[in-house]
Formats: sequence, C-alpha cells, structure tokens
Amino acid sequence: MTKTKDKNQPLIELDNISRSFDTTDGVINVLQNINLEINPREVLCLVGESGCGKTTTGKIIAGLLEQSSGDVRVNGAPLDEYNRRERAELRRSMQIVHQDPFASLNPSHTIGQILSFPLKKHKMVRGSSAIRRRVWELLDLVDLTPPGDIVDKYPHQLSGGQRQRVSIARALTVNPQLIVADEAVSMVDVSIRVGLLKMLHNLSEQLDLAVVFITHDLALAKYFAWNGRLAVMYLGRIVEIGRTPDIIRNPAHPYTKALLSAVPEADPTFTRQKQVMQLRSDAIPSLLDVPKGCAFHPRCPFYQEGVCDEKIPVLISPEGYEQRVACTPLTQRGELVLYES
Amino acid sequence: MIWEVINNKNSYNVNRKVILLMNMTTDKKTVLSVKDFSVSYLAQRGKVRAVSKVSFDLHAGETLALIGESGCGKSTLTLGLLGLLPTTGNIDGGTLKYTYRDGRQINILDLSSRQMRQFLWSECSMVFQGALNALNPVLKISDMVYETAKAHKMGRKEARDRALDLFAKVRLDATRVFDAYPHELSGGMRQRVLLALALLLRPQVVIMDEPTTAVDILTQRSILEVLKELRAELNFSVIFISHDLAVAAEIADTLATMYAGEIVEIGPVEDVFYNPRHAYTLSLLDAAPRLSADSEELQSIPGSPPDLIEPPSGCKFHPRCRFATSECAESPPPYVQQADNPLHIVRCYHSETVRQERAGATS
Repeated sequence: MTKTKDKNQPLIELDNISRSFDTTDGVINVLQNINLEINPREVLCLVGESGCGKTTTGKIIAGLLEQSSGDVRVNGAPLDEYNRRERAELRRSMQIVHQDPFASLNPSHTIGQILSFPLKKHKMVRGSSAIRRRVWELLDLVDLTPPGDIVDKYPHQLSGGQRQRVSIARALTVNPQLIVADEAVSMVDVSIRVGLLKMLHNLSEQLDLAVVFITHDLALAKYFAWNGRLAVMYLGRIVEIGRTPDIIRNPAHPYTKALLSAVPEADPTFTRQKQVMQLRSDAIPSLLDVPKGCAFHPRCPFYQEGVCDEKIPVLISPEGYEQRVACTPLTQRGELVLYES
Repeated sequence: MIWEVINNKNSYNVNRKVILLMNMTTDKKTVLSVKDFSVSYLAQRGKVRAVSKVSFDLHAGETLALIGESGCGKSTLTLGLLGLLPTTGNIDGGTLKYTYRDGRQINILDLSSRQMRQFLWSECSMVFQGALNALNPVLKISDMVYETAKAHKMGRKEARDRALDLFAKVRLDATRVFDAYPHELSGGMRQRVLLALALLLRPQVVIMDEPTTAVDILTQRSILEVLKELRAELNFSVIFISHDLAVAAEIADTLATMYAGEIVEIGPVEDVFYNPRHAYTLSLLDAAPRLSADSEELQSIPGSPPDLIEPPSGCKFHPRCRFATSECAESPPPYVQQADNPLHIVRCYHSETVRQERAGATS
C-alpha cells in the first residue's frame, strides 16, 4: 500500500457519517453525524437500545453498507483514494461476525468447507494440504479441539456456542485487522458466553486485532471493554463516548445515567435498593420523526426549555469528566438541573 | 409539576414491607403443589426427558423464579402445568395439586378438557414470551378482552371496566389502547397489555415466560416496576421463567435453578444468591457480569448442556462440574434441606465444598 502508516494512525475513521433509508413511510435517518475512530488493537463497544443505529454503524465499519454522506477514512486516507485492488484488500481486513450462528453458516457445507472456501478464494494459502493445515490451525485458535472431530461435521451437529466459534474462525481466515462482533454472544447461553468473550479477547491480543463489539447488554459491554472504550448511542447519534471505566463509574449523559440505573443486577439486596432514574416519558420517539435538538429531550428529566429542544448538542468533555458527552446543559452550565414545569 | 428523578426510597421500602406482611398474614397458603412431575417428548431417536420428577410448592403471593439455560425444561414445565403441551409431549407422572380460593383442592391433571378451559385464565393464566405473536393481529385489544370475558361468563361491562382499570395500572393510556390493534402498540406496550389481559379474570397464579427478554433496558425496567406494583396490590402468585439471574434477583421471593429437566436447588432468593450450595448455581453466578463491580474475573462452564435422550448417569451436571467425584456419576444425589434454612433445598453431594468455596471467595 502506498499510504503512509503511522503508528498512532487510527485504523478506520468515520467522519461525519450519516445514513438514511427510504421507506414507504418516508425517509428514516438511522445515523446522523457520527464521528468515530478505531485504533489498531483497540476494543470499542457500541451500546444502545434497538433502533439506535449500532448495527448500521457496524455495517459501515465493516464495509457492508455505504454511508449516505460523510467520509470513511482507512489508514488516514478516504476510501475513494484507493484503487480497486487496494479497496478489496482493505475490505478484507475488516470482518464481521453476525448475531445468529444458526443463520450465518451454510447448513449444507461441512465446517472444513466453510473455512477453506475463503482461504481458496482469497488465495491466502495455496495447495490442498496447506489449506487443510490452516483450517486445523484456525479451529485450534478458537478452541474447537480436537479439530479432527469438527472439520467433517455440519453446522447442525454443533451447539450454538461451537457454531459461533466457527463464525469467528471464518472471520479470521483472511487475517483481518478488525472484527465487528454484532451481538455475537447474545444468542448463546450464559454459561458459555463468558468462554466466547474470553477467547475473543485473547485472539485480539494474540493477533493484534481491533474489535468493535456491538451489544444492548451493558453489563456484558462493561465486562468485555473494561480496558477499551464505550460509545453509547441514542436514536442515531453517539451521546457519550470514552474509556469504559470512566463511563460506568461516572456516567455523564442523562440517557446513560438512566440506562445504568435501570439495569437489574445479579444481587438481590443491591438491585432492590438501586435508585432508578424516572424518565419524563416511556415513549420511544419514532425514527421517522426524531425530536428536534437533543433527541432525548422529551424523555429527559433534566430537560431545559429553549436549549435542549433547539440546539443539537455536540460531543464535548465537560468539567469533571474524562469522557465526551453530547448534552448542552451539562457542558454549558456544568451541572444538570431537574426540569420543572 | 415536579418530576421525581430518583425513586422515592421510602415508598419503595413500604412496598416491600407490604409484600412481606402479606406473605405473613396469608400464612403461606399453598396455591399450587407440584410433585414428581415428569414430561417427555417422543423423538425419532427415543424419549426426550425434558422434565423429570420436579417438585415445588407455590404459595399465595409468592414469586417463584425458574432459572436455567435453554433446553433445561423450564418452558416445558410450565406448558405441562397448563396442559398446553404439543401433541408429541407426554406427561409421564406426578401430581399438580391446586387449591381454589374457597379451599377446594384438585389435581390439574384430572381436569377434563372442558374443565381445563374454564380453569385456564380464571385460575391460572400465562404471559408468553413473544408479545407480538401472543396477540391476534386482526383483533382489537377490546375484542380480545370481550372474547376472553365471554368464554368465562363475565359480563361485557364488567370486562371493559376491569380491563380499563388494569391498563391504567400498567401505565398505559387505557382508552386508546383498548380500541387499538396490536400493531399500533410498541413492544413494551404490548407486553404490558399481555400482563393486564392475564390478570383480567383475577387468577391466583400467573405464569410468565421470559416476559422481559426481547425488550430494551428501559422498557424492561418499566415492566418490572409495573409488575412489582401489581403484585403488591393484587397479591397473585407468579411463576417467572428466565435465563437472566439479574431479573430474578430483582423480583423473585424464591429462586429455583433447573438443569437438564430437574430442579437442582431451590430456596429463598437471598439464600440461593448469597449462599449457593449447588455447583451449577455457583457456576451460573460466577458467569454473570455485574455492572457495579469493577474489572472482574468471570468463569464459564466447560462443555455443553447434556443430551436429554441419553442423559449422564448420577448427577446430570457431573460431566461439566469441577467438584465432581466418582460418587456423582454413580447415583443421583438426594434432595437435602440445608441446616441453616430448611426452605433451602439442594441436590448436590458437594454442597459443603461449594459453601466453603463461596465463603472463601467472598471473605
């Protein structure tokens, strides 16, 4: 590649990315003005409720979806400055692991075939014995041992957890630099989930992988990205982003506060004493008609009339916080005041 | 109007006290007593023993949470209780003793299909998992209310009043929702409609199958709050099925862990959470991430759930258990009441080792 590679250069940058979809009901703005950079070997967690745009962001990062406006920069240069061959190569270095391991593996191919197909197609290794060796190596890497028991099996003969491991192995066939894991463990049982997360963690360290982990489960996000970063999304925008411990210990945005206070915990005394933040409304606005200004203002208990419903907040680090937050009253006044009407 | 940000802690404690008081004053009347209940499915390879010899008592006003992973038999158990098993399912034995409000007792399994239809909903109702699939898309909510009322000989006027009252209780815009079609409501609203519909005929027992699983965090919270309020006010018993320990910690009075079709540990929620005595319960707790803890060490359980056609011998958890000894593979362990709380019943040869390990970990 001709582009210069700086050590601190982000792997991929989303610069003012928006994405909308046309539907019969009108235009849905799923993502609006997303700015995000992912560094090599970094763990970044995107959290939010359904419809917040976390999967769309993941798909744009993985190159599966085009943005409607804005720039995606890879290794410092916009995508359209690369020629076709280079782009194909970049595209290969960003892989995605889907949520449902029952739907994402072809039921009529054996695990061996599933893993060797990308190896052949992208000429990663040549010769059938080398391919076979690499397949075994990959199965070993995702702890599906002994590989000999697995290669000739079909997906239906494996459990959900094993299938998800195969999906991860398949993403690794092309030696990616970044993996987008879209709710990759939410369909797996609790007892097996932790094993998968630990493996993903070890892989990212062993193989210098960056991982974008998309989830709706805050406790899981906290566990997986403790040494990384967290981005909280609401209705198509990032409302808070920063190092995971900073956000979990000291959430700044009212929405993040509400989420954290609402999550039940596996500790009866603690969870029953938890003080739950009351919102002004339970209704989630439609994406067809996103509220003006800060999209959270109709539900926010700290709503400030004439400010929140007018001005779109920008991500700034307010005093006393390490993370960046999109909340106008917090950044202007330095504190949140309860709304009284 | 002042919006209260933080839940008034006092009122919450009052609620808890009311619930506790009610439990005491009702003198722990047993509503449903399940004994040695077994269900199997016929498959080509053989008999799938989905539920084997499950026993528990459900008291008036109590919330029992059944916790387990997929395939542990928790849904089959509740479908069996309500006679809703698919045709491949077969009840192999056991009794389901149900006590009416007037003290009359019956075995649910003895009911004819006509009696069963009357029994369902007026005595024992169910909230299903998929809120979208559980409501008929071509009927208005009001039609569903009237239909249910008619089948159980409740007057239209009474049904309407009762439904509007319940809709308001679950914090819905009652009149709007009453005339709406299911597709006009959001997922959280539908789930609350189901909850209200389940209470329409004042049942004693409501079975809830993962009612908060497919919904968002804030929606889950509002459903949990609504459920707590309803329970405090109407005093029905709940069997709550979930795979989520955190939700169980939030609302259960009694917690039962299920593994491979059996209840392996049951007891008051605090006892099971803070003093787990079964290796499987301990492993589940060790695998659940907590928001309040900083960086934490979690353990997954090796292996995968057992084949229920040819289940492992002895204790079914032994192939995955780090405490297992030869004894575990030989014969299934007996149910043992714990010395410190006789309500806490555990089925594990190594409950003492589990207790010690837990005590070592928390001290």
